[in-house]
Amino acid sequence: MTKKFNEKAWHEYDLGFMVTQPGCAAEYRTGDWRSQRPQTDKSKCIKCGVCYLVCPEGSIVLAADGSYDFDLEHCKGCGICATECWTGCISMVEEGE
Amino acid sequence: MENFNVYAAKLAPQQESLASGHRACQGCTELLAARLVAKTLGKDYIIANATGCLEIVTSSYPHSAWQVPWIHVAFENAAAVASGVEAGIKVLKRKGRYPVDRKITIVAQAGDGGTVDIGLQALSGALERGHDMIYICYDNEAYMNTGIQRSSSTPYGATTTTSPAGEVEPLGQHTMKKNVAEIAAAHNIPYVATASPSYPFDLMAKVKKAAAMPGPAYIHCFVPCPTGWRMAPNLAVSIGRIAVESKVFPLYEIENGEYRMTVTHKHHRPVIDYLKPQGRFRHLSAANIAEIQAQVDKSYDRLQKKIQMSRSELN
Amino acid sequence: MGKRVGIEVSLAISEAVKQANVDAIAAYPITPQTHIVEHLSELVAEGTLDAAFIPVESEHSAMSVCAGTAAAGARTYTATSSQGLALMNEILFIIPALRLPVVMTIANRSLSGPISIWNDHSDIMSVRDTGWIAIFAENGQEAYDLTLQSFKIAEDHRVLLPISVNIDGFTLSHVIEPHEFLDQDEVDQFLPAYQPAVQLNPDAPVSMGMVGIPEIYTEAKKCQDEVLKASMAVIKEVFADFGKRFGRRYQVVESYRAEGAETLLLTMGSVSETAMETIDRLRDQEQRPVGLLRLRLWRPFPVEDLIAAMPGVKTLAVVDRAVSSGGTGGPVAGEIRSALYSVQDAPYVASFIAGLGGRDITIDDFAVMITQAEAMAKVKEIHQYKMIGVRE
Repeated sequence: MTKKFNEKAWHEYDLGFMVTQPGCAAEYRTGDWRSQRPQTDKSKCIKCGVCYLVCPEGSIVLAADGSYDFDLEHCKGCGICATECWTGCISMVEEGE
Repeated sequence: MENFNVYAAKLAPQQESLASGHRACQGCTELLAARLVAKTLGKDYIIANATGCLEIVTSSYPHSAWQVPWIHVAFENAAAVASGVEAGIKVLKRKGRYPVDRKITIVAQAGDGGTVDIGLQALSGALERGHDMIYICYDNEAYMNTGIQRSSSTPYGATTTTSPAGEVEPLGQHTMKKNVAEIAAAHNIPYVATASPSYPFDLMAKVKKAAAMPGPAYIHCFVPCPTGWRMAPNLAVSIGRIAVESKVFPLYEIENGEYRMTVTHKHHRPVIDYLKPQGRFRHLSAANIAEIQAQVDKSYDRLQKKIQMSRSELN
Repeated sequence: MGKRVGIEVSLAISEAVKQANVDAIAAYPITPQTHIVEHLSELVAEGTLDAAFIPVESEHSAMSVCAGTAAAGARTYTATSSQGLALMNEILFIIPALRLPVVMTIANRSLSGPISIWNDHSDIMSVRDTGWIAIFAENGQEAYDLTLQSFKIAEDHRVLLPISVNIDGFTLSHVIEPHEFLDQDEVDQFLPAYQPAVQLNPDAPVSMGMVGIPEIYTEAKKCQDEVLKASMAVIKEVFADFGKRFGRRYQVVESYRAEGAETLLLTMGSVSETAMETIDRLRDQEQRPVGLLRLRLWRPFPVEDLIAAMPGVKTLAVVDRAVSSGGTGGPVAGEIRSALYSVQDAPYVASFIAGLGGRDITIDDFAVMITQAEAMAKVKEIHQYKMIGVRE
């Protein structure tokens, strides 16, 4: 059973306390931060990819049909995608709705 | 550089080498810019990062958002550390201890905090020595990570925690923003550019160009900070666009001394469109705004003259 | 064996760096280190040394560039003194935390103010707690030998810590002394190419210099501390290996005529050679049971070796070349008193501050210190420290 990072003994860490697992920040659920979340009316989505490109989190991912889905584990609900969307098909709804 | 009329986001590279899960504020365009840089450069690059928002949010032990080799040493020395990585790899290649045909781009990343003030010496040294590297300054116009204190990149009329608007000091910041792109250009390096994540294709093309050109490159990237600029996070990308549309932050490049505007608009917006949505300019009077408009116009005209002079020198 | 050459100590050090086949040198000139870096840049320019010479714009950048080159996997060297050392101060703490082996010559020079280009130990003493291994050379041969050994110690995977080799500015750096240089193949066999444990390489991406949140910071410092203490074993190994190969055996604590001594003088650096003259005179002409300890290794502090070097000693006269203003003694004396605190029948420790800002310490001065220390010890005088040779 691998120990949690704050349970290891001083000699059990990597050299110089460097991190050797690239991109492991993805384990951290920044999605828990948000108070509103994006929602797409896919019928109006033109699959332009703008939302994907302007998400600071990189938590908009290409879906199989060429539209885009939201990675709710990491989405912070900033609303940039909704503002930048060309057709206005993304709206921000309160979390918990 | 072409003027992108079609916003073909689908054509952007799919790779992501900056992972989600970083601790940036919602709507942080600095992280957006860094993500776009990462997209452009892929896997074969090494980052020397200065202390600042970008470094703090992407390296909270045990979580690193970076999928490329990354080193953080201190606040004012990103350019020096990058110089060392560049020189080290170069000599190792020469001495046969690193694969010679492997092209690895060395990138220094720092905020305006780690660049325009405390980091200026190291930047100047690196540019003068001619290291083959890209220095990217993510400029959110204050020392944001420590609590929104002024830097010499804070614009005239902005309120920050150490240049607050008050009775005796009604403007807040009463000095002009330092033009570090021009300081970099004065070092006669092959490539200098201003960029914005609100114009992602322009930014990515510039990063790609900088990586392909041997020698030092400096990219000054304008990254609105909703937290520090006191505005709604969802407007962060649009305010960056308005900055360019209102001539506050023109997008240009200087390639081997030749100036070129890379994003042009037929009509420009008045500066008030840029200032109004931001709480940090809330205290400004109509007279202040008119003054700022005059400064922006003058600056832009001067830039236009440099562009014309460049063109005529080449002809 | 090698050839014997009369050469300026600075140039002998450059020779060692050249023979060590260093990959990267990033240094900023400062008196009295200048001859070292000037000569190295000549060697690079002539093609005699295949290395990157990075002429940085300040010492802060020098050490920052060294962080970059070492992290990239290059054998890295720099040199500085005094104000330069002070300027790179914040980075000095970071290098061992990142476990980067950098070798640095410090041509010890007084710290401003007042500004002084002359020799004392205030510069090295100001960086005591940075986590570097610190070694002292007493003459040119030692400077050359210890520089070569430092690369081996620093780069050992059980260590991976930076090392400073301290030489007295001007007194050593600018003086011509005889040196026996090793042949290149002897050096190559003793010191193979640097094999980094980890390096910045896109094939195996790592993140170095993470935020040390409270949950791990203590463990990080404990780790650094333990590694520094454990480096003692590697230092002794390398000293022994060098001694076996080349006949010059270094010790972490060197003794001189200490057998049967009741009073010991303790010095560091080049003044030790003068102190040896004093011991000779007092022993041979006055039959006094006195001896000398020369502290070669400053960090990690050789507690056990020091205690073992003074059996039955009643008085220890420690000579510091730096003052900790408003403190309880010179830095070295303070450390020794701490080390001896729990030792039964520990000797009386007298703390003398001498040789500041380039002022000579003469053979007579050392004799006076010994006599004074013995007198103080006899009456168990309550004493913190005293400055020798100050006009009052």
